[in-house]
Amino acid sequence: MTDLTPQKEAALAAIAAADTLEALDVERVAALGKKGWVSLALKTLGGMSPEERQEAAPAIQAMRADIAAAIEEKKGALETAALEAQLANETIDLTLPAPDQPKGSVHPVSQVMDELAEIFADLGFAVATGPEIEDDWHNFTALNMDESHPARAMHDTFYFPDSAPDGGQSASSSGAVGQKRMLLRTHTSPVQIRSMKKQGAPIRIIAPGRVYRSDSDATHTPMFHQVEGLVIDRDIHLGHLKWTLETFFKAFFEREDITLRLRPSYFPFTEPSVEVDVGYSNEGGRRVVGGHGDDEGHDWMELGGSGMVNARVIEMVDLDPNEWQGFAFGLGIDRIAMLKYGMNDLRAFFDGDPRWLKHYGFSPFDQPTLSAGVGARP
Amino acid sequence: MKFSITWLKDHLETEASLQQITDTLNAIGLEVESVEDPAERLAGFTVAEVLTAEKHPDADKLQVLTVNTGEGDPLQVVCGAPNARAGMKGVLGQPGAVVPSNGMQLRKSAIRGVESNGMMCSVRELELGDEHDGIIELPDDAPVGHSFADYHGSSPIIDVAITPNRPDCMGVYGIARDLAAAGLGTLKPIAFPKFDTAGACPVEIRTDDREGCPAFYGRVIKGVKNGPSPDWMQQRLASAGQRPISLLVDLTNYLMLAFGRPAHVYDLAKLSGAIVARRAKEGEQVLALNEKTYTLDASMMVIADDAEVHDIAGIMGGENSGVSDETTDVLLEIAYFDPASIGVTGRKLGLASDARTRFERGVDPDFLEGGLDLLTGLIVELAGGEASQAVYAGSPPSEAKVVTFDTGLTARLGGVDVPADEQRRILESLGFVVSDDWQVTCPLRRHDIEGPADLVEEIVRIHGLDKVESVPLPRVEGVARPTATPQQIMERKLRRAAAASGLDEAITWSFLPEAEATHFTEGNITPWALANPISEDMKVMRPSLLPGLLIAAKRNADRGAASTLLFELGRRYFRAQDGMSDERATLGVVLAGEKVQRGWASGKAASFDAFDAKAVAQQLLGHAGAPVDKLMVMGEAGEQFHPGQSATLRLGPKKVLARFGMLHPATLKVFDLDGPVAAIELFLDAIPAKKAVVGFARPEFTPPALQAVTRDFAFLVPEELSAETLLKAVRGSDKVNITAARVFDLFTGQGVPEGKKSIAIEVTLQPQEKSFKDADLKAIADAIVAGAAKQGAELRG
Repeated sequence: MTDLTPQKEAALAAIAAADTLEALDVERVAALGKKGWVSLALKTLGGMSPEERQEAAPAIQAMRADIAAAIEEKKGALETAALEAQLANETIDLTLPAPDQPKGSVHPVSQVMDELAEIFADLGFAVATGPEIEDDWHNFTALNMDESHPARAMHDTFYFPDSAPDGGQSASSSGAVGQKRMLLRTHTSPVQIRSMKKQGAPIRIIAPGRVYRSDSDATHTPMFHQVEGLVIDRDIHLGHLKWTLETFFKAFFEREDITLRLRPSYFPFTEPSVEVDVGYSNEGGRRVVGGHGDDEGHDWMELGGSGMVNARVIEMVDLDPNEWQGFAFGLGIDRIAMLKYGMNDLRAFFDGDPRWLKHYGFSPFDQPTLSAGVGARP
Repeated sequence: MKFSITWLKDHLETEASLQQITDTLNAIGLEVESVEDPAERLAGFTVAEVLTAEKHPDADKLQVLTVNTGEGDPLQVVCGAPNARAGMKGVLGQPGAVVPSNGMQLRKSAIRGVESNGMMCSVRELELGDEHDGIIELPDDAPVGHSFADYHGSSPIIDVAITPNRPDCMGVYGIARDLAAAGLGTLKPIAFPKFDTAGACPVEIRTDDREGCPAFYGRVIKGVKNGPSPDWMQQRLASAGQRPISLLVDLTNYLMLAFGRPAHVYDLAKLSGAIVARRAKEGEQVLALNEKTYTLDASMMVIADDAEVHDIAGIMGGENSGVSDETTDVLLEIAYFDPASIGVTGRKLGLASDARTRFERGVDPDFLEGGLDLLTGLIVELAGGEASQAVYAGSPPSEAKVVTFDTGLTARLGGVDVPADEQRRILESLGFVVSDDWQVTCPLRRHDIEGPADLVEEIVRIHGLDKVESVPLPRVEGVARPTATPQQIMERKLRRAAAASGLDEAITWSFLPEAEATHFTEGNITPWALANPISEDMKVMRPSLLPGLLIAAKRNADRGAASTLLFELGRRYFRAQDGMSDERATLGVVLAGEKVQRGWASGKAASFDAFDAKAVAQQLLGHAGAPVDKLMVMGEAGEQFHPGQSATLRLGPKKVLARFGMLHPATLKVFDLDGPVAAIELFLDAIPAKKAVVGFARPEFTPPALQAVTRDFAFLVPEELSAETLLKAVRGSDKVNITAARVFDLFTGQGVPEGKKSIAIEVTLQPQEKSFKDADLKAIADAIVAGAAKQGAELRG
C-alpha cells in the first residue's frame, strides 16, 4: 500500500495556504471530491483482503477526517475574515446629524392650569367652565353689581354693540336690552353663578379660563387668564379660605415657607372681602415667592382677591344664605405662572413665538401629578 | 386719594409714626399706594440771604448776587428774577441739588461769562405752587443755612386707594376716623368757624325733582373778596395733587378733600331768577368748567336759573357762572343727588370729576347742613362778606339702617373670636349705635352696610385680619376622587398628544382684525364684533382658530423662523339661536415653512403637504377618541383651503369632525404669508362622546387562530376615481373574509392609457374556521375584481 502521508501533508499545506473560499473549495474537491485522492484511496479498500482492509481503513478514514476538519476550520476563518472586511466596508460617519424629530411643547398657561386642577382635585375641587361671551346678568348683576354700581366702572368692559345702545362706550342705563346685554366676561366669577345655579350646594369648584379687560400696557393685556375658586358649604369661614390659599400656594410654588397676609378690601360679590398678599424676596432682580413679607429683604405682593361670598349672591342663585355660606377667590394664572417659572413679559405669552414656547413651554410628558410633583422636572 | 401727614393731624390727635400710620391704613383696608416725602425732593435747598445784587455786565435782565449760605464765604449766583434784591431771604439750590420741577441737577457754571454757583428758586421750580414771577421771598426771621424742607414744614404725603364702597373715606376726616377706630389716636371734633347771618336768602332755591335731587341747601354771601388762598390751605391742596386756583374755588375743593363733601359756589351776578335743581330738557346744552360743551338729555339732573343751565348736577359746574377774581357775591350749593342718576349721567357724558366720584358712591346725607355751615364760616373768615340765612330745599335720606346682629357671626363667618365688648367698641368708634340687644344703627354715611356680614367685615378689619388663623378645609375620606369631566380629560390628552407630535402650543388672542376674521367666516354667519375694541386688530371674536395661528406664523416668518409648527386648543365664538354665545372647543394647527431642512441625506428642504395635514388630523382625532376608521374623507374644507388639496373628515355625510389640507393662495395673501402652508382644524364639539364602559374596559383579546394571507391586485381606473372609492368597493366585495385593503402603489405614465391611472391594492384575507382552498381564494378574487369593475376599474394584465 502506498504511503499517503506526503499527500496528506501537501493537502494540509494547500488548505492552510488557501486565501479564498474558492481556493479552499478547489483543495476540498482535490482531496475529498468524488475523484479526489482520498476518495480514490477509499475506493481501493474494496479490492483489499479483509486483513489488509482492517489495517488500511482506519488510517484512510482518519486521514479523511483530518483533512475535512482542516477544511472546516479554514472555511470558518475565511468567512469571519470576509464578514469583517464587509463590515469594515460598511462603516458610516455617525457624527452626521440624524433626521430631525421635532419636539413640541405645552404652553405654560396650560401647564399651570393642569397643575391647578391637580392640586385642587386633591382638595375635592372640580373644574368648572362657562362662556367667555357673557351676559350682563351673570357678569355683574348676579354678582351684586347692578346697573348703577360704581364698581362696574373699574372693570374696563368690552361690550358687543347690538347690546350696548349708547354706542358701547360703557354700560347703558336705559335697560332697553336689560340683562341680556352681551359682553366679554371681565372675570371668571360668572362661572360661580352658573355652577351654583346648576349644581346647588355644597359645591367646591375652580374655574380657570380666559377673561378680558380693555387695558393694555407693559403688565396688562386685553386678554388674560384667571382662576376662580368657590366653596359653598355650611360652616365655612375666612380661616378656611386662608388655609386653602396657603395650602394651594405651598403645593404650587413647592415650598413650605409661604406666608400670606390678608388685607381688607372690597368686591361687591364678597363680604367680608380680603386681598391676599404673599411674602417674597428679590433675588437677582426677580421676585421669588416665599418668606415673610416683613422680614429683611422681603416684601408683600398682591396675588388675588377673595372673601366670603356675599349673601346677596347666594340669594341670586336661589340658595338660602341662612343655610349656606362659603368663600370665593380669584387669581391671575399668567401672573402665578410668571412667578413660578420666571417669565417677565406677559405679552410674550400670546405671541406664538416657537423660540419662547420651546424655552418656557413643557414637555408633553411633564403631566403634573401629585405623586411626581406638580412642578416641571429639570 | 392723597393727603399729607400734617393734614391728617388736623383731624387725628396721634403720636404714631409714619410707618405705624401706613401699616394701619393697609391693615384696615385703606391700601397705601405710595408714600412720598417732599423733604427728599427738597434736599440740597437751603434758606439763604441775598447780600448784594448788581446788574449783570452783559445781560439786561440778569443780576449777579452774592448770597450768604450760612457757612463759609458768600457764593456768587446769577439770577434772572426781577424781585431779587439785597437784604431779602430766599431759597438757594447749591450745585448738586436736583430741581424738582425739571429733574435737572444744578452745577457750577458761567452765565454770560459770569460764574454762578447755584440758583435762587421760584415756587414753581420747587413744585410748591404755580407762581413763577420771581424767586421765593421768605420772612426776615427765616434761619439762614437751615434746610428749606425743614423750615417749610413739608410733610410726607400718603396716597391711599379708596375702594368704591367707602366714599366716607374720600375725605381726610373719614380716614382719620378709621385710624382712630383702629387705635391710632383720637378723632378731633370738626371746628366750625362762627359767623353771623343777616337776613333771608335773597335768591329762591328749589328742587323740582325730589328723586334726582332730594335736598338742595344753599345761601348767599355778599361782599366777598376772592384772591389767593392762604398758605396752609394751598399746602394741603397741593399735597392732594389739587392745583390752587382761587380762594373761593380752593375752599370748595378743601371741603371735598377734607370732608368728602362736594360743594359749588356760583357768582351771584351771573345768575338770574330762581335757582332750581331739575331734569335737563332734551338737547339742552351747557358749557362746563372744563371748557367743553355738553348736550344733555331728560334723564340728567342740572342746576339752572331762569335763563340757562349752570351746573351738571353733582358732576361739573358751568363756565358762565363760575367765580372769578371780580366776584363779590356768591351763592353756595350743598346738595344731595341720587347716586345712581349721577353715575348714569357721568357715564353717558363720559365726564369724570372728583365730585361725581363722591356723589355716585354716596356722600354723607348727615353732613349737608354741617357742610354748608363749615363752607360759609370759612368763606366769611377768609374772604369776608355777609352771609344770608340758609335755604333748605327738600331733605336728604334720613332713615338709618338698623341691623340685628349676632356677635357669634364674627367667628362663624370671619373665623376669628372677638369678645363682644370689643365688637361693640369697634362699631361704636366707627359711628354705629349699638343697643343693649345688639340692634345696630348704621351711620347714614355708610351706604355700604347692608347686613350682618358687613358688620363682621367692620369688626374683623379693625380687629385685624392677621388674627384670622388658618383652618383646614374638611376633606372627604380616602384617596381623592377624579374631578375632571370627559371633555376636560379629552382636551388634556389632545393637548399633550399634539405637543408630542412636534407642535408647539400657542395661545393667541380671541379677537382678530376684521379682514382676517371675515376671510374665515362661513356663509351668512355674523361674527361677534366688539363695540369698543382696544384696537382695530382686536375687534372680531374668532370664528376659527387658524387666523390667530397664521398671524403668529407671519410674525415668526418675519423674525426669520424657517418653520412654524403651532397648535392652539381654544374656543370659536358663534351665536346661539337665543342670542347667547355658542362657544365651540376647537383645535387648530398650522404647519408653515420647512417640514424638513435641507440635509446631507435628504437633499433639498421640503415643505409640508396635504398628507402631513391628513396624518396630523387623523392621529389627533384618534387621541380625541373619534372613530378614525369610520371617518369619510370628503371635500368642502372651506374656501380658505386649496380646492384640490383639502378635505374634511366626517362621521356620516353631515358630521364634520375636522378639516385639513393646504391653504388657498388667496388666504396666504390675506395673511401675507409665503406658501405653501398646511392647516388643520379639529371640531372637538362634533366628536361623539364615548359611551361609558360597563364591566371591563376592553373586550377579551382573541387573536385569529389561522394566519391571514395577502393578495395584490393592480387596477386601471379612471383618473378622477378616488382611491377611497376603489378601496371601499374592494372591501365591500367580501365583508367576511377581507379584513384590510390598502393602496401600495399609484402610477401613471408609460403603459397606462391617457385618462387612466394604475392603483395597486394589497388585500388582507383572514380565514375564519378553515384555511382557504384555491377555489375559495379564486372566488374572493373574482368578487374583488367584479366589485372594482363597478367603479370602472379593470384588472391590469
